Amino acid sequence: MASTPDLIADLRTRMARLEDSTPSSMPLATHPALAGLVQLRAGASYSVDSATLALALLAGPSRAGSWCAAVGVSDFGAEAAVALGVDLDRVVLVPDPGEQWLEVTAALVDVATVVLVRPAGRVTPQAAEKLAARLRKRGAALVCWGEWPRCEVRLTASEPAWAGVGQGHGHLRSRRLLVEARRGTAPPRRGALWFPAEDQSWVSEHRPVEPASVVAPVEGVA
Amino acid sequence: MARVMVVWCPDWPVIAALADEGLPTHLPAAVFHANIVQAGNAAARTLGVRRGMRRRDAQSRCPELKVYPATPERDARTFETVLTAVEEQHPGVAPLRPGLAALRAPRRARGGEPAAAALLAERLVELGVWDSRVGVADELFTAEQAARLAHEQDCHIVAPGESVPFLRELPVEAIDDADAISLLKRLGLRTLGELADLPAAAVRDRFGPKISWVHRVVGGAGAVPLTTRTPPPELARHVDFEPPLDNAETISFSVRQTADAVVAGLAAQQLVCTEVRIEAFCEGSSYDDPSSARDWLHPRWFTAADLVDRLHWQLQGAMRNVKGRGGDIRSPISRILFTPVTVVPDAVHADGLWGGTDERVQRGIARVQGMLGHEAVVVPVLQGGRAPADRQALVPWGERPTGLRPASHPWPGSIPPPAPARVFASPWPAEVAGAGGRPVAVDARGAVLGEPTRFRPEPRGDWLPVAAWAGPWPVEELWWESGGRRVARFQVVGVDGRAWLLTWEAPGSWWTEAAYD
Repeated sequence: MASTPDLIADLRTRMARLEDSTPSSMPLATHPALAGLVQLRAGASYSVDSATLALALLAGPSRAGSWCAAVGVSDFGAEAAVALGVDLDRVVLVPDPGEQWLEVTAALVDVATVVLVRPAGRVTPQAAEKLAARLRKRGAALVCWGEWPRCEVRLTASEPAWAGVGQGHGHLRSRRLLVEARRGTAPPRRGALWFPAEDQSWVSEHRPVEPASVVAPVEGVA
Repeated sequence: MARVMVVWCPDWPVIAALADEGLPTHLPAAVFHANIVQAGNAAARTLGVRRGMRRRDAQSRCPELKVYPATPERDARTFETVLTAVEEQHPGVAPLRPGLAALRAPRRARGGEPAAAALLAERLVELGVWDSRVGVADELFTAEQAARLAHEQDCHIVAPGESVPFLRELPVEAIDDADAISLLKRLGLRTLGELADLPAAAVRDRFGPKISWVHRVVGGAGAVPLTTRTPPPELARHVDFEPPLDNAETISFSVRQTADAVVAGLAAQQLVCTEVRIEAFCEGSSYDDPSSARDWLHPRWFTAADLVDRLHWQLQGAMRNVKGRGGDIRSPISRILFTPVTVVPDAVHADGLWGGTDERVQRGIARVQGMLGHEAVVVPVLQGGRAPADRQALVPWGERPTGLRPASHPWPGSIPPPAPARVFASPWPAEVAGAGGRPVAVDARGAVLGEPTRFRPEPRGDWLPVAAWAGPWPVEELWWESGGRRVARFQVVGVDGRAWLLTWEAPGSWWTEAAYD
């Protein structure tokens, strides 16, 4: 049984949601593998540099039953998205928005809880600010595959190391990935993920890595 | 007890097939199922084609024989015109199977039963059905046998109370069951009368319910009431424009009422439409030949606004003359026709009490479709295949996926998981080189010649040394056709740790199909 102040706070949030003025910092469901690194929040924008991380960010809200959209992603790997937990029944893609990618993204922010966008050109801070107002109003999050001005968290994947593949034998089986989350000027959070893990699951717990530590070489990887 | 009239159109499957092609009925033709003759017409029979004959035997006797596959839907669809014509003259028609229908014989027709039958035959000739035969008797089985004895466009009438003597004289071949006929003949029974003399219990135990029913009928009992149908309601709607219109927006605006009427007409029957055919007729074209026609599928069901949208998309495509998008419109449009193709009871698609689809999603996506055209917004679906790009399909929003390959099949030659996160819609040209710059190839047995040492996955990228590689997964696609190609897929990891799916294609080109990014 929750205490009375908690209950009141909870009810206030729900009332606010009904009144269509979602508190912009409301947390959204996040993929468990990224749990210690980044927490998706409504109204914020995120930048990633890898398709897998972008799909993983879509997967969190999608698992929780929200709609997702991807704009300008003509190389959407549907099978990988499903493996990460994206529900394809609630995904819309606009693979080729051309010059109108910003308008399309703004329209889809009304529809989807999380919108992945790969900008066709440079994003001006004014355009980003306009979109951010819309994100806050709709309680949606924006994931940009590429650079985005003034984004909340910048996720980068580095030092991928594949296991299971040799010189002409085996096949790609699992990958160790060093993920770094930079949030403003705060020291970056880092984690080593098995993404995917040996058993083809994508939900392995990450181990935080000290900023200065060196990644140990993984066996079976050249 | 009302008397029964049976209308029989012999060789209906063949007549339906020829009529579909617009060919005259005197050509020898036959309908085949599993390479066995199911039905042939009179011309084929005079040349020696028989039911149950193999296709090659039939064609050796009659090389010019028209061969058609058996399609019961086509037979039923074309027979519908006959049913409607009969219904116009006498309500209460029971369709027995394509080519055979029963109705209650008119009691007080002027000129009696022969005149009524003659009128019916005359009406069918007007429709182009030359060969129809009518039988009239006290009950259904006898009437059908009478129709089979009648001549072309004529009738055979079995007088009231004369059924039993009529049936007793018939040979056992009257029963439409080859196994039963063979068995009865081997038992020495040649007429239905001899069958009727057997004890009822023995017939039932030995021959089963169907022959047992015939036994009862020949004995003067077992008449079954006709299950007549109610005519199906007219659900298609059309709108005519006078003067004809040439602007897609104006037309879409003008069909709004008609679209409402289509949906309301369905709702009155407690139906909703999930597939609709929209046809547009240009000025001066005949009403048999639409200038633009397309079947639209809806993931849920069509509302009036959806119908207007689909028409708008179709007209835009046809006016811009986009290939494969429903025809070519070059002159103003005089008529739009909506035909519901698939309807289902609305209970199947009823909204949940707490809201099924998200109206907001529909509206937002409609806005994007308004900006970029309706095919710009797509939904990804999974399907079976070998290449990563074959294993997914992009379906335009608002359409139902069709023709997907089943994902449950084994698909030998496909790449084991994990799946690549980036799948390129059209592969990039890549380059792979072995030691000393020698080319890497795959021979006809799927063995790799040379070992990849460096590669360039992106067209304008840098050459990278290969850290690890796996493969090949060879696939010969469509080797039995001229467009076939021999490919082999490789997983290649560069020294930077990034993995790519590269494809070698005979005789020696490389492509980047996907990236494990």
